[in-house]
Amino acid sequence: MPEVLVRARGLTKRFGTFTAVDGIDFDLYRGEAFGFLGPNGAGKSSTMRMIGCVSPPTEGELTILGADPVRNGPAIRARLGVVPQEDTLDVELTVRENLLVYGRYFGLPRALIRERTAQLLEFVQLSDRGGDKVDALSGGMKRRLTIARSLINEPDILILDEPTTGLDPQARHVVWDRLFRLKQRGVTLILTTHYMDEAEQLCDRLVVMDHARFAAEGTPRELIERYSTREVLELRFDPGVHEQAAEKIKDISAKRTEVLADRILLYVKNGDEALAAVRAHGLEPLTSLVRRSTLEDVFLHLTGRRLED
Amino acid sequence: MAQAMAFPRRGAVPGELALALALRGFRCWLTVYRRTWRSNVFSSVLGPAFYLGAMGFGLGSLVDAHGTASLGGVSYLDFVAPAILAFGAMNTGMGQASFPVFGSIKWNKIYIAAQASPLRPADIFRGHLAFMVMRITMNAAVFLCVMAAFGAVRSAWAVLALPAAVLTGLAFAAPVAAWAVTLKQEMGFIYMFRFGMIPLMLFSGTFFPLSQLPGWLRLAAYATPLWHGVALCRGFSLGTATAGGSLLHVAYLAALAAVGIVIGARTYRRRLYV
Amino acid sequence: MTAPPLSDLPLRMLPSAGRLARLRQAAGGPGSLRLIERHARVYRHAWLVFASGVFEPLFYLLSIGLGLGVLVGRVTGPGGQLVPYRDFVAPGLLAVSAMNGAMYDSTFNVFFRLKYDKLYEAVLATPVRPAEVALAEIGWALIRGCLYAVAFMLVMTSLGLVHSPWAVLAVPVALLIGFAFAAMGMTGTTFMKSWQDFDYILLASTPLFLFSATFYPLSVYPRAVRVVVEWTPLYQGVVLLRDLVLGAVGPALLWRAAYLAVLGVVGLYISGRRIGKLLLV
Repeated sequence: MPEVLVRARGLTKRFGTFTAVDGIDFDLYRGEAFGFLGPNGAGKSSTMRMIGCVSPPTEGELTILGADPVRNGPAIRARLGVVPQEDTLDVELTVRENLLVYGRYFGLPRALIRERTAQLLEFVQLSDRGGDKVDALSGGMKRRLTIARSLINEPDILILDEPTTGLDPQARHVVWDRLFRLKQRGVTLILTTHYMDEAEQLCDRLVVMDHARFAAEGTPRELIERYSTREVLELRFDPGVHEQAAEKIKDISAKRTEVLADRILLYVKNGDEALAAVRAHGLEPLTSLVRRSTLEDVFLHLTGRRLED
Repeated sequence: MAQAMAFPRRGAVPGELALALALRGFRCWLTVYRRTWRSNVFSSVLGPAFYLGAMGFGLGSLVDAHGTASLGGVSYLDFVAPAILAFGAMNTGMGQASFPVFGSIKWNKIYIAAQASPLRPADIFRGHLAFMVMRITMNAAVFLCVMAAFGAVRSAWAVLALPAAVLTGLAFAAPVAAWAVTLKQEMGFIYMFRFGMIPLMLFSGTFFPLSQLPGWLRLAAYATPLWHGVALCRGFSLGTATAGGSLLHVAYLAALAAVGIVIGARTYRRRLYV
Repeated sequence: MTAPPLSDLPLRMLPSAGRLARLRQAAGGPGSLRLIERHARVYRHAWLVFASGVFEPLFYLLSIGLGLGVLVGRVTGPGGQLVPYRDFVAPGLLAVSAMNGAMYDSTFNVFFRLKYDKLYEAVLATPVRPAEVALAEIGWALIRGCLYAVAFMLVMTSLGLVHSPWAVLAVPVALLIGFAFAAMGMTGTTFMKSWQDFDYILLASTPLFLFSATFYPLSVYPRAVRVVVEWTPLYQGVVLLRDLVLGAVGPALLWRAAYLAVLGVVGLYISGRRIGKLLLV
């Protein structure tokens, strides 16, 4: 039985009358990558901040590394690595100094930090930028530096709040690659994201979060199997006939149909057969696409909304 | 063709249009100011009044008791008040032209936003400068009223001290803004205040007559723009101004302002069109 | 791009044994010192800004020596004897400089770090505590203040403005003034919402600077005003320094020092709690 690093029961966070997190339960095991998937405002960041011991829970039970975050915050934080949603790099310092100073906040000896800094900068592919000011780095490089910084104390748990939000696709892939390597090394990761592909690539287990609560929980594969079909047929019609088409398509046997503002999604076992059936009904879509189900479909099914709206 | 009209190019703009564009930049600052003017009441009204009270009355009581022959026989309050007027205008000008200009690129990015509009860098510069002049004028006008209320005005010519103070402020604001826009780090301002503003305030004939300075330092002080501003304002306020002297001061300050305005249009262009 | 060897990564996935001991060890460090270390490192990039601050008091003293001193002549000093104006005003300027330096560090700088820099957000993700952040900022203000005070005293001594061996206590007293104002300034800063609110700081510090008997003796005021001025913290600092430098020392100075110390301790306590409240929500 793997060790439980974070345990939450009925965990709740309220800001005044607004409930950001509403009684969630979960266990995080050593060595796993656990994801919180959900749209903006679902309560992911509030949960991360509570786990990071920088936000006391309003109600419920939260145990991190066997300790109480309210009473032992500094001690727990000494064992965490945090990648916040927005970079909090020290812009007045160079890349290398950022790691040095941050390591000192943990009380690590300078010689040890220097040794780790060299390794970490190499790991995040910033070795040649060590002497540069942080301001001069691109968004992706800053993100990688933040990740390197979060590892300076050899954390038991690495907390990543939307690690790739705001990065361009290429930079995002570099970050994913680095995080995947950490995962392979057995680092325990908690991450939040509203990107499906991120969650599918990085998470062993995830919860779908919506309106401050968990809507579903499982491995990415389990969630897709449970809440979606094998394939999805995406159809796009001329805006003029979009609604008529949606009406007619109801007759076609699909497990589920979603009519979005711009597209119609048919959840089916076999997409090509479904497309043939659509055409047989005398409907000719402008474009059609048969694809495999993703977590986006799971989310749509669970909440009736798209993730990035 | 219509497209080309809507997006005026450099050098192809008739005078009225340039004015209208600068005015648009000015209005943008006015909108910002409408939100924040209340908190400036202290720095523009109470602050100068405090200075006048402490220097003119508190310190003045000591100076007057010791004798004011070196001041030309006027009380210390009368001597120092117009100097604080000029110094205050310089201070407002330098303050408005330093961090706000720098911040408009680096922090709140007002310039970057304005750059996406039809405004050209020179319009952005002149618009902001117009706003600075407005602030200098307001502060100076308020201070002049405070002076009058304290009985520190000795001549009707003192009304001319207002434009004199505004010119002094502009003579600092324009060159400082032209320089501030080129900075990559705000550190430069620390040096400007430390080695520019403070020595100017202390040695430009503000708090004591220049005749007390040793020869070489006195010559240097005569060359500073603040001394010309102080002398101009003091001449009007005490009613001792001469036409020749005043013209000289005005010419010096106007030349400095003009140089700043010309160079500013270039430095703004270089910084904003990269 | 070649992938680095993973075995080099500083990541040991430790078993849970001995965890509690490690937790305790990690919690015990002096976090404030490390934040001060950070500030010192930042200033290594800008040491000239730091060092050139010494010129400011020099300019002021020079201007008073050459200018105002001549205009004013002699004034009544702390022992009732007449002293040259520059001797009278120099210790007052040291007090003002200690106040202004401390206020600048603990207001503008702290506000920037609180709202824009996200420095404290990063720091509080580590074992450093909010109270340690407050202590570090005040400590840093004092380190800077100490350098400037020492420089100021050197200038004063070389200009012949020091008249008593008690003046060796002037630097510690300048630090005490800095401590009181840094702590109060920082407390005020934790209540600020925007840069505009800084006008309130000026609203407090400008009258203090101008009216705390820095530039002229208390005797120029009517009696009612005197009572008010006597209660201001800067006045206490000015009197402390003036009495030490001019050699009019008595037991009353202890009370003045205690007054400043109490202000500092209260400010330190409140600001530490406020920073926690602002950032740990």
